[in-house]
Amino acid sequence: MAYKKLKRGLIGALVIGASSTAFAADKPKTMTGASADMLAVTCAGCHGTNGASAGPATPSISGISAIYFEEVMLGFKDGSIKNTIMGRIAKGYSDDEIKAMGDYFSKKPFVNAKQDFDAGLAKKGAKLHDKYCEKCHAESGTSAEDDSGILMGQLTPYLRYTMADYKAGDREMTKKMKKKVNQMIKKEGDAGFEALFNYYAQGKK
Amino acid sequence: MKITRRGFVKGAGAATAIGMVGTPYIALGASKKVVVVGGGTGGATAAKYLRMADPTIEVTLIEANKHYYTCYMSNEVLGGNRSIDSIKFGYAGLGKHGVKVVHDVVTEIDAKGQTVKTAGGKSFAYDRCIVAPGIDFKWEGIEGYDAKVAETIPHAWKAGSQTVTLRKQLEAMKDGGTVVIAPPGNPFRCPPGPYERASQIAHYLKSKKPKSKIVILDPKPKFSKMGLFTQGWKALYGYETDNSMIEWRGSAQGSNDNAVVKVDAGSMSVTTGFDDTVKADVLNVIPNQKAGKIAFAAGLTNDSGWCPINLHTFESTIHKNIHVIGDASIAKGMPKSGYAANSEAKVCAASVAALLNGQEPGTPAYVNTCYSIVGKDWGISVAAVYQLAQDGSKITKVSGGLTPTDASPEMRAREVKYAHSWFTNITNDIFM
Repeated sequence: MAYKKLKRGLIGALVIGASSTAFAADKPKTMTGASADMLAVTCAGCHGTNGASAGPATPSISGISAIYFEEVMLGFKDGSIKNTIMGRIAKGYSDDEIKAMGDYFSKKPFVNAKQDFDAGLAKKGAKLHDKYCEKCHAESGTSAEDDSGILMGQLTPYLRYTMADYKAGDREMTKKMKKKVNQMIKKEGDAGFEALFNYYAQGKK
Repeated sequence: MKITRRGFVKGAGAATAIGMVGTPYIALGASKKVVVVGGGTGGATAAKYLRMADPTIEVTLIEANKHYYTCYMSNEVLGGNRSIDSIKFGYAGLGKHGVKVVHDVVTEIDAKGQTVKTAGGKSFAYDRCIVAPGIDFKWEGIEGYDAKVAETIPHAWKAGSQTVTLRKQLEAMKDGGTVVIAPPGNPFRCPPGPYERASQIAHYLKSKKPKSKIVILDPKPKFSKMGLFTQGWKALYGYETDNSMIEWRGSAQGSNDNAVVKVDAGSMSVTTGFDDTVKADVLNVIPNQKAGKIAFAAGLTNDSGWCPINLHTFESTIHKNIHVIGDASIAKGMPKSGYAANSEAKVCAASVAALLNGQEPGTPAYVNTCYSIVGKDWGISVAAVYQLAQDGSKITKVSGGLTPTDASPEMRAREVKYAHSWFTNITNDIFM
């Protein structure tokens, strides 16, 4: 899949950039090589036990695609994805540690967030999803197989924040996403996003 | 009877075989008993994560109270945005992980005999003991202030009934009244806590009693997240203007000019080291702190009043087979915060599980994340990722930092939502 390849290429570029700066920095002598379990349990304070968040806003990271996890964490680490706190945290991990945590969380079951939604809007959102989103966020946004974020059952405030960041240019969309998002905005306006948020909040197809 | 792995797992009453992988048969019949003393953030997390790491470990948690009120978010109760019940947690969740919860007061830990004794006359043998006693107060530092006086002039630094008392006093106060907050000297539980408390009380007074004032009488020259708090106070509460709702009076390094040294409960006034008398309508005195009582009874403290430990396993450097986590421990490099206690508990649980299975403890990993809510849609945070120094001397920060002062209003509003998410998730991670 071309989309996948593009992302992997991007990760490769980031890895080279990050490691060259890591060597330049004067690091204190510390114990490294913590297991994936040990690293991952430190995330639970904010993201929930095993990465399943009860909200209201911090996203669930259980069941996530390992490649998507890596891509986002590397984006936080090099500052290309703007965020409140994760940039400060992601810099504390080597690229290998990030990879290990991604593998760990990808094997934990995704838990749907229990959220209120408007059934009418959700119905409209289902149609918009099929038209504009399904190609990359497969199986109604439930699948991690395509290495993009799980949308169905994810916490709505987080989806809102992320989409706002994409629109503001604080996070870069892939070419395909940009094209689809622009198509949808042209046809549906911001109401289209509302419908999609309500659809994903219902937690099932 | 032929003992198969399957039969052994069943016999051990394990709900799941995960964690059994790789457990050597040599452990068969070997005792793996852990007693956890204290059911706060550190103790409850350790108990749960021990059972998650190895369900053949028998874990008993001994805690005096039936419910735990988190210190974190208790400032929102004072500010009126949260109910006391929303920070109240029980122990049924730990029971589901197979932790035996006993409500009793631990009076003695016999390090040689590896036994914990309680006020109820019970005795519990252990292979490893994890002590998470939290904090106690150095009453002797403030004349006229003790545990009895604190019932009416609350410290509210252990959440619960005193949080409710302080909230009621704020509600009863007339508009134009003065709230005096006296933070403790370092080190103490939740370093940004007193300043978040001032913020939350200001948030309440601003809308309900706008002529009122908050005076912070501080024994310190500076405080946690100081730049971010003062920035928020300026924007929200007129800080450093003639109409400032909050006034902070610090003490120069080495002086106690603005430290509260005396409390007169009758006249509701305090005296500072400079001999100033400040009268209050609502008074919140938070004394200096030390490790919880049982840490002293068990001989786990040093001259500092806190518990020295091996930073890799959290095992006491004074008594073998006893580990100390959370606020009571000297976790060099980490603050005394809820997140730190939760993180330390996981490092300790992983180490204890390894040791009980005859393995070397793995490389530890630690994180702290701490949010403060300064006002409506105004959240700030500090975060850090740590690794253990190679010589074991320090828990070393490898990344982290504060919310930038130029964060946008949108980002500050998100930090409030993330603070509330943190609270939901960390309390689930501890108690569910």
